[in-house]
Amino acid sequence: MIEVKNISKSFGDTQILFNVDATFTEGQVNLIIGASGSGKSVLTKCIVGLHEVDEGGAVLYDGRDFTAMDRKERIEIRKEIGMLFQGSALFDSLTVEENVIFPLKMFTDMSVEEMRERANFCLNRVDIINKNELLPAECSGGMQKRIAIARAIAMNPKYLFCDEPNSGLDPKTSILIDNLIKEITYEYNMTTVVITHDMNSVMEIGDHVIFINQGRKWWEGDNKGIIRTDNNEVVEFVYASSFMKNLREKLISG
Amino acid sequence: MNLFEHIGRYFVMLKAVFSRPEKGKVFRKMFFSEVDSIVINSIPLVAFLSIFMGGVISLQTAANMGSPLLPEYTIGYITRSSTILEFSPTIISLILAGKIGSNIASEVGTMRVTEQIDALEIMGVNSIGYLMFPKILATTLFLPFVVVISMALCLFGGWIAGIQSGLYSTETYMIGIKAFWYEDQFYLYYALCKTMIFGFLITSIPGYFGYYTKGGSLEVGRSSTSAVVASSVAILVANYILTQLILV
Ligand SMILES: Nc1ncnc2c1ncn2[C@@H]1O[C@H](COP(=O)(O)OP(=O)(O)O)[C@@H](O)[C@H]1O
Ligand SMILES: [Mg+2]
Repeated sequence: MIEVKNISKSFGDTQILFNVDATFTEGQVNLIIGASGSGKSVLTKCIVGLHEVDEGGAVLYDGRDFTAMDRKERIEIRKEIGMLFQGSALFDSLTVEENVIFPLKMFTDMSVEEMRERANFCLNRVDIINKNELLPAECSGGMQKRIAIARAIAMNPKYLFCDEPNSGLDPKTSILIDNLIKEITYEYNMTTVVITHDMNSVMEIGDHVIFINQGRKWWEGDNKGIIRTDNNEVVEFVYASSFMKNLREKLISG
Repeated sequence: MNLFEHIGRYFVMLKAVFSRPEKGKVFRKMFFSEVDSIVINSIPLVAFLSIFMGGVISLQTAANMGSPLLPEYTIGYITRSSTILEFSPTIISLILAGKIGSNIASEVGTMRVTEQIDALEIMGVNSIGYLMFPKILATTLFLPFVVVISMALCLFGGWIAGIQSGLYSTETYMIGIKAFWYEDQFYLYYALCKTMIFGFLITSIPGYFGYYTKGGSLEVGRSSTSAVVASSVAILVANYILTQLILV
């Protein structure tokens, strides 16, 4: 479980996040949704400590106060975190297999065979088979995302963060990636936080949804609640196109 | 950011470079791959440049020796002295600042803007140390070898130029090369120490510019340019200070 308490974040004079509170429980997919530029990535980077939060905020990983820790203590927590970045962030000088092995090599004392076995297990899990020697640049966007998931789960993380896992992917591949994240979350009872602005993902995997608007938590619920809510901003977000707006009219009138 | 903020952040970065070495085995592997990609890969370019540089120094000296009072071996002597003192360490470092510097800044900068550095940090890797320590150490330790090669090839180039132009004989050139060596060999050690400092500058400064890149590919290009300019300036300034401190 990750508890986010009263997080604010400013860059210089511009404040991006305003007193955000949230709780992400394990064994379910937690979504952070919102329009582009609303502060979702900044919020996530604050949670994992890539940005320092402003005074007064705290992030607790299963009760452990991450914000108060020094670099060394944080590294222990980070070994329990897997993260999937918006652009996959695979190391482009390493092969597919080396990418997945990388965290194992840095932080475990496994032998080369054990590491390769683990890497192949993770790659199999995301359906990447016989691609070990390719370089990331030689893989399609969807494959890169899956390889990045394999790398993120290599260390058996307790917490998984995914920043827009299906940005730039076609709808079918997106759903595939979404479902993969969902399955892995249930399988390993992870605390998963997915950032997205894709309504398909919200409907597919949104066990718990937080809506961020202009740096504030605006709404909280799940994918069943979100289609019925009458919160103006959420409605604007969910039913963005006129087609969807019409659909909503019909939905409400029964 | 002004110059002083940059310098401050540069030193904070250096602290992280040396603070916590990554796993020994991983580091060793990276170190040797950097020796290969930074140092060994530069040798062909350095060799080519050095031969021509040596040739030009000798020819210039020969052409400017109007006075019959100057012995002919002066040509070899001046070629050797200027090669060891300035041409090989400083010019080669400046040229490599362009080659290595832009390479490092764009590599690290690309890793920054594609979130690969964030990925390292999330895993718990000290990204500054991981990315820069092997490069800095490899170049600082091995650039002097490249410069020694360059010195030898400069002298070789001077000899070839003599044969080709007929301006001076092999014998007098060789006498010049060997002249006053006992008194002058200190200059060689000085030059090699200087080179180590230059090696440090041409890797750490571009590393700095790459690491703190913000934005996208346009900014990576910009970082790479700034890195080359800044490390060239740093070499010239350091050269002046070192000459002042040690030789004067
Ligand atoms: N490092 C930074 N420095 C200054 N401003 C930033 C930084 N990162 C993000 N921002 C700003 O914060 C706002 C929210 O960005 P972000 O969280 O990336 O949006 P999104 O919800 O699309 O992920 C944007 O206006 C962006 O310009
Ligand atoms: Mg984002």
